[in-house]
Amino acid sequence: MTEWEQTRKVRYEKDLDHNFYKEVSELAWGEKFLTCIQCGNCSGACPLSPYMDYGPRRIIAMTRAGFKNDVLKSNTIWLCASCYKCAVDCPKEIKITDVMYGLKQMALQQGVHPRNFPTAVLANEFFRQVQTHGRQSEGPLIMSLYVRTGIFGAFSQAAMGIRLFLQGRIGLKTESIPMGHNKKGDLKKVLEAIE
Amino acid sequence: MKYIYYPGCSLRGTGRAYEESLLPVLKALEVPYEELEEWNCCGATAYMSVDEGKAFALAARNLALAEDRGSGEEKVPPTIMAPCAACYLGLNKAKRYMSENPQLLQKVRKALAAADLKYKGEAVVRHPLDIFVNDVGIDRIKAAMKKPLAGVKVAPYYGCQIVRPFAEFDDQENPVSMDKILKALGAEVVDWPLKVRCCGGSLTGTMNEVGVRLNYILLREARRRGADVVATACPLCQFNLECYQDKMSSWYEDPIRMPVAYFTQLMGLALGIPPNELGFNHVFVKPEVALA
Repeated sequence: MTEWEQTRKVRYEKDLDHNFYKEVSELAWGEKFLTCIQCGNCSGACPLSPYMDYGPRRIIAMTRAGFKNDVLKSNTIWLCASCYKCAVDCPKEIKITDVMYGLKQMALQQGVHPRNFPTAVLANEFFRQVQTHGRQSEGPLIMSLYVRTGIFGAFSQAAMGIRLFLQGRIGLKTESIPMGHNKKGDLKKVLEAIE
Repeated sequence: MKYIYYPGCSLRGTGRAYEESLLPVLKALEVPYEELEEWNCCGATAYMSVDEGKAFALAARNLALAEDRGSGEEKVPPTIMAPCAACYLGLNKAKRYMSENPQLLQKVRKALAAADLKYKGEAVVRHPLDIFVNDVGIDRIKAAMKKPLAGVKVAPYYGCQIVRPFAEFDDQENPVSMDKILKALGAEVVDWPLKVRCCGGSLTGTMNEVGVRLNYILLREARRRGADVVATACPLCQFNLECYQDKMSSWYEDPIRMPVAYFTQLMGLALGIPPNELGFNHVFVKPEVALA
């Protein structure tokens, strides 16, 4: 690939993945995705769209057109804070927030997000904690996020962490429930049994 | 009937002042509750990003545990009280999507069966705001008032996940349940159109510049509207709005100091509960903000 090809904004037919829209519409809750009328209510309603590479309306258009790489590598899916404003305002009742979750899962599975990208690190660490302890502990979660993504270096962040620690709001204690006790209601069994 | 109290992880961590103020308020208003035993994390937004099937199973286990426990009365559905916005949404979302999607329901039921649990779909998930306004009632709250929040200007902040997309107890664009409670307790409620605009949730931790900016927009407008204090009903909103004010002040060269309390802390003060029993030692806001 030439340097120009790596940096060019123009996409050629051969760059596109024409099955991408099918993959997305097969995601849970992606069923109505293709009925989007591109009205832009979602992008207008989204409080995060000013900070996104592409707003949700463009993400839908790009998905349908096959811009798989651009969609999965965009910061859009990670900036979505799940406030559900787009889904509530969509005249076609597309569950846009849930489609964003689907895209996040795809990006995580295919590993196309930047290395140690904070949101992905947070999601994975959260997942791991709940998987092992049944509950999430904010202190250890925040610590591992800072250590692995390097934001701990920021002095103001560290100072705040210390204040919160002194207030007893973040501790190093891990919250947990019994896992794998083989009695009624065992969470470990439930999570193992889900397909 | 006893409400089945589901605190969620945050109320045992950064949001402990929420639990520490909610419980005495429930006691003062004689609302019976009991904590759900061995509850697990609701999954929040992070878990959903990794594995959707597991996220629903996670939420459904709590619903099944609540059903197993029952409401103690015939014809009354087991009612979960979820004060955290993310838990409220996560549990309601699982309930709704399982009722709309038989395949998902079957999948989750099968997984629950492995742990000898059954999910019938009876359990109801409600927010304390809903319970205060619709079960306890404004009249009873008013009757229990000991020290009115006179002269305090409050900006009630609902955030996203309490009202969107599943809440039926209030309006999605202009919710008023917290306004009603605070007004009844003597506070002046400022008109603040950003009350359902997102605080960014965990973005303050992952994409800090953006997350802090969103919260600055909220606080700046609350200040412009003359608020003395912002009242929240979600642990993450409270954390975001309160803890990044130093950063905002230096980034945007605008010294901003806006107290941010849980609505239950303000209720507690009005109900005459001593401030040191309302979790004020676990937040930056001081009770004096609402004491005349």
